[in-house]
Amino acid sequence: MTAVSLQKPENKKYKSKPFQNVQVPFYLTAVSCGFPSPAEDSLESPLDLNEHLISKPAATFFVRAKGESMIGAGIFDGDLLIIDRSRTPQSGNVVLAILDGEFTLKRFKKIKETVLLCPENEKFPPIKVNGNASFSIWGVAIHCIHKLT
Amino acid sequence: MNSQKVALADCNSFFCSCERVFQPQLMNRPVVVLSNNDGCVVSRTDEAKALGIQMGAPYFQIKDFCKRNNVAVFSSNYSLYGDLSRRIMKILAEWVPEMEVYSIDEAFLSFTGIKEEMLTDHAQKIRETLLQYTGIPVSIGIGPTKVLAKVANVVAKKNKLSTNCVYNLFENKNEDNILRKFPVEDIWGVGRKTAQKLSFHRIFTAYDLKYSNDKRIERTFTRPIRNIVKELRGQLCMELDLSAHDKKQIISSRSFGKPVFKMEDLQEAVAHHVSTAAEKLRKQKSIARAILVFIQTNAFKNTPQYHNSATITLLSGSSATNKLIKSAFCCLQEIYKTGYEYKKVGVIFMDLQKKSETQLDLFQMHDSAKDEVLMQVLDHVNATEGKSTLKFAACGIDPFWKMLSKMKSPNYSTRWGEIPKVNQ
Repeated sequence: MTAVSLQKPENKKYKSKPFQNVQVPFYLTAVSCGFPSPAEDSLESPLDLNEHLISKPAATFFVRAKGESMIGAGIFDGDLLIIDRSRTPQSGNVVLAILDGEFTLKRFKKIKETVLLCPENEKFPPIKVNGNASFSIWGVAIHCIHKLT
Repeated sequence: MNSQKVALADCNSFFCSCERVFQPQLMNRPVVVLSNNDGCVVSRTDEAKALGIQMGAPYFQIKDFCKRNNVAVFSSNYSLYGDLSRRIMKILAEWVPEMEVYSIDEAFLSFTGIKEEMLTDHAQKIRETLLQYTGIPVSIGIGPTKVLAKVANVVAKKNKLSTNCVYNLFENKNEDNILRKFPVEDIWGVGRKTAQKLSFHRIFTAYDLKYSNDKRIERTFTRPIRNIVKELRGQLCMELDLSAHDKKQIISSRSFGKPVFKMEDLQEAVAHHVSTAAEKLRKQKSIARAILVFIQTNAFKNTPQYHNSATITLLSGSSATNKLIKSAFCCLQEIYKTGYEYKKVGVIFMDLQKKSETQLDLFQMHDSAKDEVLMQVLDHVNATEGKSTLKFAACGIDPFWKMLSKMKSPNYSTRWGEIPKVNQ
């Protein structure tokens, strides 16, 4: 915002005095001088990570991973996961599942009618989802953001 | 000729459903959400309804009952509900050519142009998509007018299992059977007082109203009621309001948790309300040219009563919190009287104008460049670090009158520090 200070009349004459308090907005478009930038015609918008990582913003949520069971899939304790609820879970996807009212992050495998939630760490056994457990898939994990520093 | 088709999508127990999205263990448990200050029930799930918990029930009355019956109780978390609402409206907009966002959890959709036999199917697809994308269940009612779409919606909600949350009046050959069982006070746009008045005329159901005597209605009732009658008969009177207009005025007010006497305390509250309203003002890129401040005592209490308001006009308008607080204080100064037990205070910004459209006279004062930058920093910090991270000292450090929200859930989808942590 630019403003030009005007002088206030004193003794009915205009005197030059700095720091007067009447401000008049000064709206003029910038006057261009010299050569135009040769890059101007090829300007593109900067890269946007959101655009790269998220295809359905209205259906995308973030969660933070806790624990070690998915280390083999490159998901470590404290990593940020991008969950897309608009995707239909396919066998082989890493999903955020709800098993008996609890969130759990596992690789979803469906072999015929059998549903398996597989960890990717030898220390943890796969979970076979049996028919009477309450089970659903909250969303598909599409990216994992891991901090390196 | 009438080929209009209107659908009303309305989220089921919206606030409770939002809480359930991020706490799946609540799925079959009764859930209620309380109003500001944890006053009374504003949202309840079917399980809570089945227990007999009434809408608007004061929390202190049902607190023990909730504990005994394993009811999950939440303070309202408007950041969470607002975010999910925004997502829902965005998804809906992809499904229909035109829609009117009617409230945080309802939208009228134009289904005109969709073949009659496809209507239910289309609504089911929308419902499934919303449930999958956001986790929020909705009910959809379809009819030739807004009023009938609303009736259909109520039918869908009351019979979730048999209708699968979609009810289409075009499929019903005997619509009047529904209207016969539909109490007049449940019709969209009929208030309690109107319902009372209608009952004097022996009009008790939507059916009675639909077939009421035109002349009598015309003589005794206002135009909105006459429009409702027409809409019940299938004549579209209320078009979808498609414009997403900026607010004409911005209000921020709240009752105190306990009585307030002192000027300084009122000032803190006023400063807080101005800050909240000014943030909204800047969001819609407007300036306010008038501020009204009001104070009132508790009308339900047997104490000396006083209420008053004052307005101040800002010559060239402003959206700078500091400037607005000063002006609001002038108003407060003018109306404050000692010796009263104040219950509520609030501010209203009026005469709003788009900043880009403001014309400045030669001697009008713009918000200074310094204020502009200050406001940008303020808004940025509060947007990224959470509400009220940065505020003016006039708002007080730990406001004693602060909202009670002891049982608020985290802002799962709008704050980095509060996103869900999931076990692997």
